[in-house]
Amino acid sequence: MRYITDRKRAQGLGSGRSGTHHHWHMLVSSICLVILVPLFVFTFGSGLGRDYADVLAFFSRPFPAIVTGLMLIVGINHFMNETREAIEDYMHGVAERLATVAVSAFGYTLIAAGLFALVKLAL
Amino acid sequence: MVQLTLPKNSRIKTGKTWPKPSGAANARKVQIYRWSPEDGDNPRLDTYFVDLDDCGPMVLDVLIKIKNEIDPTLTFRRSCREGICGSCAMNIDGINTLACIYGLDEIKGDIKIYPLPHMEVVKDLIPDLTHFYAQHASIMPWLETKTNRPQKEWRQSIDDRKKLDGLYECVMCASCSTACPSYWWNSDRYLGPAALLHAYRWIIDSRDEATGERLDELEDPFKLYRCHTIMNCTKTCPKGLNPAKAIAEIKKMMVERAV
Repeated sequence: MRYITDRKRAQGLGSGRSGTHHHWHMLVSSICLVILVPLFVFTFGSGLGRDYADVLAFFSRPFPAIVTGLMLIVGINHFMNETREAIEDYMHGVAERLATVAVSAFGYTLIAAGLFALVKLAL
Repeated sequence: MVQLTLPKNSRIKTGKTWPKPSGAANARKVQIYRWSPEDGDNPRLDTYFVDLDDCGPMVLDVLIKIKNEIDPTLTFRRSCREGICGSCAMNIDGINTLACIYGLDEIKGDIKIYPLPHMEVVKDLIPDLTHFYAQHASIMPWLETKTNRPQKEWRQSIDDRKKLDGLYECVMCASCSTACPSYWWNSDRYLGPAALLHAYRWIIDSRDEATGERLDELEDPFKLYRCHTIMNCTKTCPKGLNPAKAIAEIKKMMVERAV
């Protein structure tokens, strides 16, 4: 039981003066993904089932390699930001901060590993 | 942290079943959430039977009939009985709405009535709206001016006045906010659709001179951006308003001034 007024409880710590850039970045990455996801599905899909030499040759072409690279960066960043939103929705306090760090670490590792694999295939 | 199950002392038990009225040709089963802080018991669902041939057409008429003729301990808020005061907001047939303007003919099967969801209950169908009202007060629901002229009325064009349509009609019944999952999980920090609709009503008012300050106060990952456009608010609003659109308009203004 805290002896504070209802108004003080509603005001909390005041405005964080942030959120708009996050909102804008999510909008931009969503629009990018509308274009990237079909491109990725078709390019990556057409590379599936081929033998190793064909796949190497396929990813050494600029278009599939660039689409895959962009998909990795934009897609996983979008996934990370959306997951952070979900964490903020449902978890609070220390658990929220730890989960946010874990998701960020996982996301960046995934991007790095994907780009490394792509570069190795393409070059 | 989000709670996926009710605490033990909030789990609803089967309550008392009142007898059917004798000679009733058109008796309808009504189940109502009951809880009193005085007896320390869990909430219960009491069952009543109301003769619809001897009752008004709205859900509020049923509640008043039960209180007057069957069980005077049943507690609920009501006042205007025409959708203007917002007092009788409750969850009827799974929908947050006003009992006074929700017709019995809109409900198929048994009538189930609960208080507004995810709010602390004062008694029976009465939720505690203290925090909800404090959040409304926090968005400064009044005209803020800096210039001291004109000293009489501040004029507004017809087009500017039209921008307030669909906003000023909100009766603060809390149906929208209590239908919003984001508000359920984060009502301590998220303002909720009702307060944000009112915030937009003052932001868009051509006479208000605190637009920037109002937007500053709302620019927060929780106060505004917990809205994920779920649209429950718009779907449930008993006045047919569109809080989700008002929130989207605020977000557009935020982007406009920042990007």
